[in-house]
Amino acid sequence: MTTETTEADMQPDAVPKVTDEDPGPSRADRFSALAQQHGALVTLLMAMVVASLSFDTFLTGDNLENMALSSAFLAVVALGMTFVIVTGGIDLSVGSLFALGGVVAAWGSQYGSAVALLLPLAVCGLIGLVNGLLIARSGLAPFIVTLAAMLGARGILLAITDEGSRTYLVDKDSFLATLGQGSLLGIGVPVWITVTLFVLGAVVLRRTRFGQYVYAVGGNEDAAALMGAPVARTKIAVYAVSGLCAGLAGALNAAWLLSGVTILGSGMELEAIAAVVIGGTLLSGGFGFVSGSLVGVLLLKVIQNVINQIGSLDSAYQQVVSGAFLAVVVVAQTWLGRRRRVL
Amino acid sequence: MTELTLAQGRVDRDRLLRLLQEYGVYAGVAALLVFNFAFTDHFVSAENFRTQAVQVAPVLIVALGMALAIGTEGVDLSVGSVMALSTSLLSLYLGYGPWAAVLVPVAGGILIGLANGTLVAHLGVQPIVATLALMVAARGLALVLLPQLKDVRDPGMTALGSGDVLGVPYLVLIAVALALLVAFVVRRTTFGRQLLAIGDSRPAARLAGLPVRRVLIVVYACSGALAAVAGVLATARLTASDPTSLGTLMELSAITAVVVGGTPLSGGRVRIGGTVAGAVLIQLLTTTLVKHDLPPSWTQMAQAVVIVGAVYAARERGKR
Repeated sequence: MTTETTEADMQPDAVPKVTDEDPGPSRADRFSALAQQHGALVTLLMAMVVASLSFDTFLTGDNLENMALSSAFLAVVALGMTFVIVTGGIDLSVGSLFALGGVVAAWGSQYGSAVALLLPLAVCGLIGLVNGLLIARSGLAPFIVTLAAMLGARGILLAITDEGSRTYLVDKDSFLATLGQGSLLGIGVPVWITVTLFVLGAVVLRRTRFGQYVYAVGGNEDAAALMGAPVARTKIAVYAVSGLCAGLAGALNAAWLLSGVTILGSGMELEAIAAVVIGGTLLSGGFGFVSGSLVGVLLLKVIQNVINQIGSLDSAYQQVVSGAFLAVVVVAQTWLGRRRRVL
Repeated sequence: MTELTLAQGRVDRDRLLRLLQEYGVYAGVAALLVFNFAFTDHFVSAENFRTQAVQVAPVLIVALGMALAIGTEGVDLSVGSVMALSTSLLSLYLGYGPWAAVLVPVAGGILIGLANGTLVAHLGVQPIVATLALMVAARGLALVLLPQLKDVRDPGMTALGSGDVLGVPYLVLIAVALALLVAFVVRRTTFGRQLLAIGDSRPAARLAGLPVRRVLIVVYACSGALAAVAGVLATARLTASDPTSLGTLMELSAITAVVVGGTPLSGGRVRIGGTVAGAVLIQLLTTTLVKHDLPPSWTQMAQAVVIVGAVYAARERGKR
């Protein structure tokens, strides 16, 4: 069924126009490809220029550092989400896993920093793994499985904190606290960790066999299976990666706040999805890149920051603007994506 | 020989799963009722049934719209925010009389629905992202219109929220009437047929000459309108407008009710009876756990298990 469609799509190419030389993609097509890949970056740069011209307080060290730090945690979550979305899936459980990771890390910090770091990874990675198993082996819809995981993880979180009334603290002098609050060369440690993870993520997605499988599964699952790609294993892996990223982000956030705050993370899955989509990754799968997601996160945070700077505007406008912006980006994406399909 | 027996076993399991998908939700409601009759104190009382029914009503109304969206192989994540927008609009227009206080919020819900529908039908955006964008925007809009909680002191609204006819609260009557209406539309009207055909296969529906775009837009507009009605009713019951928290996670409850009720996420089929039972099931589950002094965390975990179980039962059908 799907193979047929692909062949049909390729028909126009199979009968090329008889010309002396290959004209290559037209200028409009090249433009649409460029816009899709770098549109977010250009928008980000423009937003930053406008913001720094409009507000003296925008381009100050403090403000930039704050923005970088608050972006770091969402960025790590978005990194995992990118892998999932490139396979054509979605992970709604990340917000709950982020909160759970933070609480588990804070609880574990009483047994040492190693436990505090490994425990959230283990717990959230395991939940991600279960998501992946249900999706890949039982063929359930990613949307609904991760939705259930979102509720389940929030339930576990409430269960281990006496229904959310207990807040575990992180010792101020522990290694974990240094990881969250320390800085290196004037830049916060969480930001360094985030940048490292993004470089790692980009290499894995672009340069490894696993990365190629991720694209193949997202592009066309049946074709990937026929090609011999381990479809189920790839899918399980991306959800586990997403769980790990959310757990790590939660742990880092707890280290930064010096406590496991139970009410965090609601709505974070939506922010992460928005960032990934704004960054140029197609929700239908098969196309995307991690650097775009980083740009998407930064863009969301800049918008947020600008709206905060305009003191007279209610912070509620932030949501209106973000929502409208997301809608515009998605419409543009869909159009550009359609162009690429037709190509 | 072995293969034959295997195949036989598979057919039986398929049939079992299909039965579970068709009637599992009713069995679940019955089981919970029996359990509560037997083991829960103060469960069998008119007062308790009334409370339960009133609590189900808004969820059910939202779930009806969600069922339509899911029937077209879509989803509407904006419903919770539409409830919030509706409560804000209600507060603002309460001074212009009862009709304005009801109609303006509903018009607002329809507008959001139209925006969703346009994004999905005309611009080809995936429903989950389109409605996600409107979810964020509508909640923001609700907060811009009404920044904080406001009491709703209006005799008409109080009557709507807590009045009853022969002991049956208005809220329940409205919910039941809307459920019957939606069931009628899905089963007996051209629009219902078209909706299901689109859910089954959008390309096929288009080739058959159905007005795919128009139907999709109407579906999302209906979902928005129903969510707005739910917002008005919830406000009337609580006698307060709280745009910050009204309707949060409502999209999840609604999706759960629809999916548990046996409507496949893959579209092409809408089960309104199942959706009603699904909403009741979730409410009963929560009540059961609460009345037996189990903490709220258990409710969430139980809900997660129920969702996965329901989709698992539906999976054979959904995969095809």
